[in-house]
Amino acid sequence: MSATTTLDKPTATSTSLVRQERSKLSWAVADGLAVTWRNLIAITRIPDAMFFSSIQPVMFILLFRYVFGGAIQTPGFRYVDYLMPGIFVQTIAFGAIGTAVGLADDMGKGLIERFRSLPMARSAVLVGRTTADLVRNVWVIILMTGVGLLVGFRIHNGLLGFLAGVGILLLFSYAVAWGFATIGLMASSGETAQLMVFPVLMPLTFASGAFVPVATMPGWLQTFARNQPVTAVVDATRALMNGGVPTAEPVFRALAWSIGLLAVLAPLAVARYRKAV
Amino acid sequence: MTEPAISVAGLRKNFGSIVALDGIDFEVPPGTVFGLLGPNGAGKTTAVRILTTILNPDGGTAKVLGRDVTKDQNFVRCSIGLAGQFAAVDENLTGSENLRLIGRLTHMPRDLIKARVDELLERFDLTEAASRPSKTYSGGMKRRLDVAAALVHRPPVLFLDEPTTGLDPAGRADVWEMVEELVTDGTTVLLTTQYLEEADRLAEQLAVVDHGKVIASGSPAKLKASIGNTVIDLGFSSKAAAKRAATALAKVAKPQLDTTVVEITTKDGARLLPDALRVLNTARIKPTTINLREPSLDDVFLALTGHKAEEEVSAT
Repeated sequence: MSATTTLDKPTATSTSLVRQERSKLSWAVADGLAVTWRNLIAITRIPDAMFFSSIQPVMFILLFRYVFGGAIQTPGFRYVDYLMPGIFVQTIAFGAIGTAVGLADDMGKGLIERFRSLPMARSAVLVGRTTADLVRNVWVIILMTGVGLLVGFRIHNGLLGFLAGVGILLLFSYAVAWGFATIGLMASSGETAQLMVFPVLMPLTFASGAFVPVATMPGWLQTFARNQPVTAVVDATRALMNGGVPTAEPVFRALAWSIGLLAVLAPLAVARYRKAV
Repeated sequence: MTEPAISVAGLRKNFGSIVALDGIDFEVPPGTVFGLLGPNGAGKTTAVRILTTILNPDGGTAKVLGRDVTKDQNFVRCSIGLAGQFAAVDENLTGSENLRLIGRLTHMPRDLIKARVDELLERFDLTEAASRPSKTYSGGMKRRLDVAAALVHRPPVLFLDEPTTGLDPAGRADVWEMVEELVTDGTTVLLTTQYLEEADRLAEQLAVVDHGKVIASGSPAKLKASIGNTVIDLGFSSKAAAKRAATALAKVAKPQLDTTVVEITTKDGARLLPDALRVLNTARIKPTTINLREPSLDDVFLALTGHKAEEEVSAT
C-alpha cells in the first residue's frame, strides 16, 4: 500500500490507510493510551468541573474534622489521623462516579458506537476511561493530603508508608472504576448512571471503618462492615500511613479485595462493552 | 461482473419480540451511492449497525468487500467509515484532536496522521476552527467534523446513517455535495434517509424498507415512475365534502382520502388536473385549495404499502 496522504483516489476496493503489523496486545496498549489522552484532555477543557469536584472532598475533611470529630472516640489515634485514610477511600470510591457518568455520556453521544466500528481494541475505551480517572485520583489525593496537613493530619509512618498507602488506594480506585464502568454502559444517561451508583456507594463507604470504629456499630452491621472491601482498604491505608499497628494482614486483605474485584469486574465491563450500542 | 462493495442476503435481527430486520437483501456496486429509504423504525439503522460490526445478525449474511462482517471483523472495521445519526465527536476536544484520535485508533502510521488531518480539515472547511473545542461548533460544522472523522483512515466504504437529519437546508446541501465528491473519488457510500428528495438527489439505487423488509428497490426514477410523478392535493371545506369528492373522482383517477384532503398520484398531472376539476364541477363540489407537487416518501409509502410512513414512528 502506498503511503500517500491524498484523499483523491482511493479505488473502490483498496484497503484504507490502516496498518496492522503490531501484535494485539501492543495495539491494546496503544489504543488504551490514545483514549486516556483523549479523556485527560477533556478534563483540562472543563476546569470548572475539576474545581468543583475538588471542593466536595475538602468539605468532607473539614466537616468530619471539626463537626463530628469531637464526638467520635478513636482509641489509639488522633481523630484527624484516623479520619484521613477513611476520607481518602471514600473520595476515590465516589470519584468512580465520574467513570460511570463519562461512559454513559459517551454512549448517549454516539461515541461508543463509532469506537465500536473502528479496528481498535475492545478494551481501549474502558482502559482509557479508568486510567484517566486514576490520574485524576492522584491529583485528588495530593490536594486532600495538602488540606489534611493544614488541619492537623500528620504522616507518622514515614513517607514510604504513606506512599504505600496511596498505592493501595489507587489500586482499589482502579478496581471500583471498572465496576462502575459496567454501570455506566448500562445507564441510559449520565444522570441515570449517577443515580444508579449511589445505592452501591453509600452503604459501602458509610457502613465501614472509614469514619467511625466498627466496634461502635450494632452487631449485625459490624458483620457487614468488617467483611466488605472499603473497610479492608481503609484498615490497610490507616495501618500504612499511621504505623504502630500490624500492617501485613490488613494490607493482604486490601490487596486480595482489590485484585479480586478487578479480576471479576474488568472482564464483565469488557463483555458489556462488546454489546453496548 | 465486479464484486459488490456491500452485499446483504436474508439478513434478520430481532430485539426480543420485535423484528427489526425480517430478511432483507441488497447489493451495492463499488463506487456508487446506495440509499436505504424508510421511516423511523423501518430497520435502516439496524442494518447499518450490522454492516459496521456493531451488532451481530440473528440470520442471513452481510459482507463488505466480500468479507463477512461477523467473521472478518478486523478487515471490515479497517475498510469502513461510519457517521451516525448524531455527530459522534468529543465536544471537549478540538476539531483537529478529534480527527487525530480517530487516526490513532484506526492504527494509521503516526507520520501520516497529521497530514491527513490537515487535509480533511481543509476539505471540510474547518481549518479556521481546527483548534477550537468542537462544543463551540454550529450543528453543520459538527456534522462535517463527524463525517471527516469517518474518513480519516480513508475507508473505501462509507456508511452515513441519516446524515442530514436535524440540519438546516444549507447544512444539508453541504453534506450532499460532499457525498457526491466522495463518490467521484471512488468511495462506495451507503446512506439511510427518511427523505425521498435526498435519496433522489444522491442515490443511484434505492431500497425502500418498511417493517424490516425491502418493499421496493431500483433507481429513484424507476421508483417514482412506478407510483407516478405528480401528486395533486385537493382540499375541501369538510370531511363530508372530501368524501363525496373522492367518490366522484374515482371515475377519472385513484383518489386517496385523508380527512379533508383528497390526494391523487398520477404520471400525467397536466392532463388529469382539468379532468378532475371537470368531474368536481359536475358534482358541484368546490375544492378550497389545489396543490401540485412531487411525490414525497409518504406518497411512495402510501402507494407501496397502503399506509403512511409517519404512522410507523413508534417502533424502534
